[in-house]
Amino acid sequence: MGDITLGVLLPDLGTAMVETGIMVGTSLLLALVLGLPLGFLLFLTRQHMLLENRALNFIGGLLINFVRSLPFVILLILVIPLSMVVTGRSTGPIAATVPLAIASIAFYARLVETSLCEVNAGVIEASRALGASYWLIIKEVLFPESLAGLIRGFTMTAISLIGYSAMAGVVGGGGIGFLAINYGYYRYETGVMIITVILLILIVQSVQSLGDSVSNNVDRKKK
Amino acid sequence: MLKLNDVSVTFKNHGQVVHAVKHVTLHVKRGEIYGIIGSSGAGKSTLIRTVNLLDRPESGQVVVRGTDISRLNGLQLRKARQKIGMIFQHFNLIESRTVHENIALPLRAANISEKEILERVPKLLSVVELTEKEFAYPGQLSGGQKQRVGIARALANSPDILLGDEPTSALDLDTTDSILKLLEGINKRLGVTILLITHEMQVVKKICHRVAVMQAGEIVEENEVYELFSNPQHILTKELVAKSLNLTLPQRVAETVQGDIVRLVFLGDNAERGILSDTQRAHQVQINILHGHIEYINDKPIGILIISLMGDRVQIKNATEHLRNQVAKLEVIRHG
Repeated sequence: MGDITLGVLLPDLGTAMVETGIMVGTSLLLALVLGLPLGFLLFLTRQHMLLENRALNFIGGLLINFVRSLPFVILLILVIPLSMVVTGRSTGPIAATVPLAIASIAFYARLVETSLCEVNAGVIEASRALGASYWLIIKEVLFPESLAGLIRGFTMTAISLIGYSAMAGVVGGGGIGFLAINYGYYRYETGVMIITVILLILIVQSVQSLGDSVSNNVDRKKK
Repeated sequence: MLKLNDVSVTFKNHGQVVHAVKHVTLHVKRGEIYGIIGSSGAGKSTLIRTVNLLDRPESGQVVVRGTDISRLNGLQLRKARQKIGMIFQHFNLIESRTVHENIALPLRAANISEKEILERVPKLLSVVELTEKEFAYPGQLSGGQKQRVGIARALANSPDILLGDEPTSALDLDTTDSILKLLEGINKRLGVTILLITHEMQVVKKICHRVAVMQAGEIVEENEVYELFSNPQHILTKELVAKSLNLTLPQRVAETVQGDIVRLVFLGDNAERGILSDTQRAHQVQINILHGHIEYINDKPIGILIISLMGDRVQIKNATEHLRNQVAKLEVIRHG
């Protein structure tokens, strides 16, 4: 059984990894491009902050909470029409990237906001006192002061996404998780199951280690 | 240089309105070091934050060099703030950036070219005597060094006025002294007007020229520092001065000593030393010195003595009147 398993698995495994890479990579990119600014906006519109705006803060927070309170499987199905419009298909890794991206943007935005809240309010105040513009404060104070936290949040987002991407199998999403479910679970191929699980553990571990080492490297408070 | 006209600040805190500053009027002259002293919660921190509009006054004007700051917004406000330096109790440096980058921030805010920043940062560091730490991170510096970086940052755009929000409260005694000396030097050499708030009388005594005492959002007393120490009026000021000069008689001494206990204050040149023996001879009373202290404020001496007078009732009364005419101030603490 083991020989058959590996023979079947090897070519599929390559495809699955590429698919996972596409889904997670694209979603992470979007989290960075959209989630990061959204997180800054949430933070800056808080009470007593530079761009204090209750309405904007409330609406932003509500949207994020809406996405985050949905179980991912539900979100997956809920956005199928949107995936159709955006990608032209309703199944497959490209289509599954749409719900993954939505989830990761919301997830990362919240983590960005949390990291920014940890920036010493006194430093922000000192920057206002010396006449810095909002943009200068964002660029020279908020960003460097929260960078270690932003990287840790990004690592967490990446790891959650790898987990979510496995659920994308529900809409025929493909990827490593899909392989584990289809071969390992539905076809009782225990060998495939074990290999894919080990693979996932390795991927998650290396993402975590990479994230930790980069964030420790930029974290001046630890030195 | 700086005028606060009838400034009031209120906050809403959990639906309750807090009057942090009530109708404060004060005038800081060009080139002076002006202190505001008060305990925590007195509103002094809020008051100093109105000067660069970190807190907006609800009413009144904040006039810095003829400009009413409280009317400014946006770019104009930022430009005005660049000319008002501020240092903080907890230094508030960017931990993830080098000393150089921290000091460069106000210069960048003022659109100074990178080339000029490279020239000006070392000069600022030499003012605060910290040249060798230009590329260190704040985490590698001591508290005193961090405050020096804070001072260099505050001076970067050659401000007219420097605000100090409890600048030495997080420092030990020796470091406090060295930072106060630095501030005094900056005031003298660069002519920067300094307004600082503190809860420590030592700070006022060491570098301030004038001082206001603040309590519950109001200024209860204002004077030259020497005058304030030698002749405090408000009860809070009296407490602060007594505590600072450490002139409370131990309870045990006060209980066991017989006769009247009298406190004498000698000022400046009339600190005549012959007064006590003269009085003793002229009125046949016995005088004992219980406690004494000479303090120099702005290089002028204040002498304070606590003595006991023993003898005949009438003689004591005459001796007390005799002394009253010889000294700056006499206060009978207890009749025997």
